[in-house]
Amino acid sequence: MDAVLLARIQFAMTIGFHFLFPPLTIGLAWILVLIETLGWKKKDLVYIALGKFFGKLLALIFAVGVATGIVMEFQFGTNWSEYSKFVGDIFGAPLAAEGVFAFFLESTFLGLYIFGRDKVSKGVHWFSALMVAVGSTISAFWILVANSWQQTPAGYVIQNGRAELTSFWDAVFNPSTMPRFWHTFDAALISGAFFVMGVAAILILRNKEVETAKKALRLAAIFGLVVSLLEVFPFGHDHGRQVAQTQPEKFAAIQGLYTSQTGAPVALFAFPTNKPPELKAKIEIPGLLSWLAFGDVNARIKGINEFPQDEIPPLFLTFVSYHNMVILGMYFIFISALMTYLSWKNKLWNKKKTLKLIAWSIPLPLLACQLGWIAAEVGRQPWIVYKLMKTSHAVSISVGAGEILFSIILFGLIYILLLITLLFLMNKKINAGPEPVQIKEA
Amino acid sequence: MIDLNITWFLLVGVLIIGYAILDGFDLGVGVIQLFTKDKEEKRINKNAIGPVWDGNEVWLLTAGGALFAAFPIVYATVFSGFYLAFILLLVALIFRAVSFEFGKYVETEKAKGYWDIAFSLGSLVPALLYGVAFGNILRGIPLDQKGNFLGSFIGLLNPYSLLIGVLSLAMLTMHGAAYLTLKTEGKQKERMIDLTGKMWIAFVSLYLLATLASFFVAPFLFENVFKNPLFWVLLIVLFVSIILIPVTVRLKKNGLAFLFSSITIGVMIGLAALSLFPRLVPSSIDLSYSLTIYNASSTPRTLFTMLIIALTGMPLVIGYTIFVYRVFKGKVVINKESY
Ligand code: HDD
Ligand code: HEM
Ligand code: HEM
Repeated sequence: MDAVLLARIQFAMTIGFHFLFPPLTIGLAWILVLIETLGWKKKDLVYIALGKFFGKLLALIFAVGVATGIVMEFQFGTNWSEYSKFVGDIFGAPLAAEGVFAFFLESTFLGLYIFGRDKVSKGVHWFSALMVAVGSTISAFWILVANSWQQTPAGYVIQNGRAELTSFWDAVFNPSTMPRFWHTFDAALISGAFFVMGVAAILILRNKEVETAKKALRLAAIFGLVVSLLEVFPFGHDHGRQVAQTQPEKFAAIQGLYTSQTGAPVALFAFPTNKPPELKAKIEIPGLLSWLAFGDVNARIKGINEFPQDEIPPLFLTFVSYHNMVILGMYFIFISALMTYLSWKNKLWNKKKTLKLIAWSIPLPLLACQLGWIAAEVGRQPWIVYKLMKTSHAVSISVGAGEILFSIILFGLIYILLLITLLFLMNKKINAGPEPVQIKEA
Repeated sequence: MIDLNITWFLLVGVLIIGYAILDGFDLGVGVIQLFTKDKEEKRINKNAIGPVWDGNEVWLLTAGGALFAAFPIVYATVFSGFYLAFILLLVALIFRAVSFEFGKYVETEKAKGYWDIAFSLGSLVPALLYGVAFGNILRGIPLDQKGNFLGSFIGLLNPYSLLIGVLSLAMLTMHGAAYLTLKTEGKQKERMIDLTGKMWIAFVSLYLLATLASFFVAPFLFENVFKNPLFWVLLIVLFVSIILIPVTVRLKKNGLAFLFSSITIGVMIGLAALSLFPRLVPSSIDLSYSLTIYNASSTPRTLFTMLIIALTGMPLVIGYTIFVYRVFKGKVVINKESY
């Protein structure tokens, strides 16, 4: 296998694994802010117990996020040296900003949040929870700035064989930054909500601190409903429109639009085949895609056939990952609406099957995130920086295929070990349950 | 006189020094853990750095980010050139990062023991590797005219660089011991005072040896520095602070001992940087192929933007870091939240 392919496999594997944890960290951190606020203001012991319980789980997840994130920070240099030289004048700044504005904040205040409960005032403790959430969100912002710049470059000129900065703000707020930020941030909130819902369901199933768990489930269900709705509209819609305008070949690929069309349809379901590119067994709504993308049912949308053969992304993977993400998005709305209804009507607590379904839904938002990234990143191929640099020109010259293979195997084994240990320990932590609370008679 | 490139040379230097001083002590504690037998003492060691180690490690991440932004060619060349060494470093840092939480929750003593070893090796390997990497930079690496790295992994393991590696290990272990004198009590504290002294001897002898070796291996480092008054000032500060480490530690002025140990580390790195200046990575093929702060840098616009980012962000960081250190000041107390 050649070094380029191996380097891509390694990058996809390490970032994919890393990205299992940031959404949970961000989502859980914001829900903890909510919980800590309720605990502090209402002096409600249940919320204080929930804060401690989910705080411990956060610390565990955070640790693996950190461990896998360190790899990412250096991988641009180790594996993509030509890329780093080409984009360094622009791409390095957001990475450094992430360190200065975000990583310091979240890691310093997480220590205070977890270990400082008895050492600082309640207000300062609450503030530390807030800073963890804010820090992890700022971290997402800056890394997404970097990523968005390679999707839709702006604020640069090509000079001296590299991209040189002409306007910092144009580069930061390039056309896809804000849509991508809101969409990914909200995906993290969904991940957090489903995590809390699922863990609460497990507690109820295992008959541990049931009253406490019920409160958590209700809170997470409503929160989950709101953020799931927002994810589809406006954030998903907005992001889709952005892609239609900035990366038409990616848009055609994820939508399965293989020939240009006026009044283009949305394919709800289909099976794409490659030669010739075609959608089999499709169910479509005519005109909808044109309307969603350009606000006009008759708008003409470019199909794959209009682009040079060597500049179109892999069709199957992009279509399938994008569509499954959208289907999962619908599922999240349905489930969180159902849970909100059942939990507030007190009809949920003895429904074993439904509770199990919620527990098994914990990984689904993470799956949707992975699918979304595959759509976005594979859809950008063959470019590493859209229209400016090909992925095949970006790898390190001084690193051989054998060396990369070695590191892939090494990281692969370590990641498997980490994942198994993490799941095992989380299960144990959940089993231990929140600390008991004396519920006063009303 | 001081242009943006020099400013960023200084700032990256400050980040590296900040990292070496802060994460340095917790790496040192990790090394000491390897030789700590008593279970209770091991626990105290871990909790002495528990709430702060991650914040310390961010200095490394930020130094990496700053290097990428300010001197992308150096970031790209050195990181890809030292590929396998970096992978080894990353593996060590991965294990170290998870060992705290994982070690806390696993049940059996045996499993705890494994994660403890992961913590120690995850500290020892980086402490050594940083030195090896530094050694290679100081003596120069094979860069061709285009700045491409022509060396190999084995080539990085030359005697001079290994010597700097051991020097770095000894120095950080001393620093870790000095930190633990602040965090421990009774017998454990006595032992840490003792260890600080012993590691000091190792450190000073290795440092002398390394300086001597540098004269032969990398004579270009000494070309200009003798004429530079700053060099002499730093040298005097270094000399005084090195002497004061064992003195203060014997007098049980532990805070001061830790302070002098920190100053020593900072000034040592400062001196090395001064002798490299304005080169960042000398080429061992031909010095004129070296990467310098001018031929490896970003554009002035980026350097200026980054300066603003650094000047707004870092004061805040330093502010709340000091706040959190003050909250956790004093001896380690083990409770239910502890590791
Ligand atoms: C800051 C930049 C950045 C960010 C935030 C992400 N990526 Fe990415 N991704 C890249 C920068 C990048 C890259 C450096 O540009 C790669 C490496 C090789 C390539 O073609 O693009 C890439 C490739 C790449 C590939 C392989 C595509 C291919 O080569 O066909 C996958 C599957 C992903 N990424 C997935 C992800 C996931 C799951 C992410 C979630 C965090 C993610 N990316 C975030
Ligand atoms: C390729 C891109 C990425 C790089 C280089 C990267 C780098 C890192 C690094 C070095 C850390 C450890 C920081 C610490 O010690 O506290 C980290 C953690 C983190 N990253 Fe990433 N990251 C990437 C992708 C992302 C994305 C896309 C997001 C969010 C949308 C994200 C969000 C986070 C968060 C929230 C953390 C905190 C720890 C945790 O998640 O558990 N990262 N990342
Ligand atoms: C109807 C619902 C949704 C729509 C219309 C939608 C739309 C999109 C689009 C068009 C992209 C590609 C952006 C690009 O190519 O650059 C994308 C990416 C992504 N999606 Fe979705 N999405 C939906 C639901 C979800 C859900 C439910 C999640 C997770 C819980 C999610 C997570 C992501 C992530 C993490 C990415 C990659 C990052 C990015 O480019 O923003 N999406 N989405």
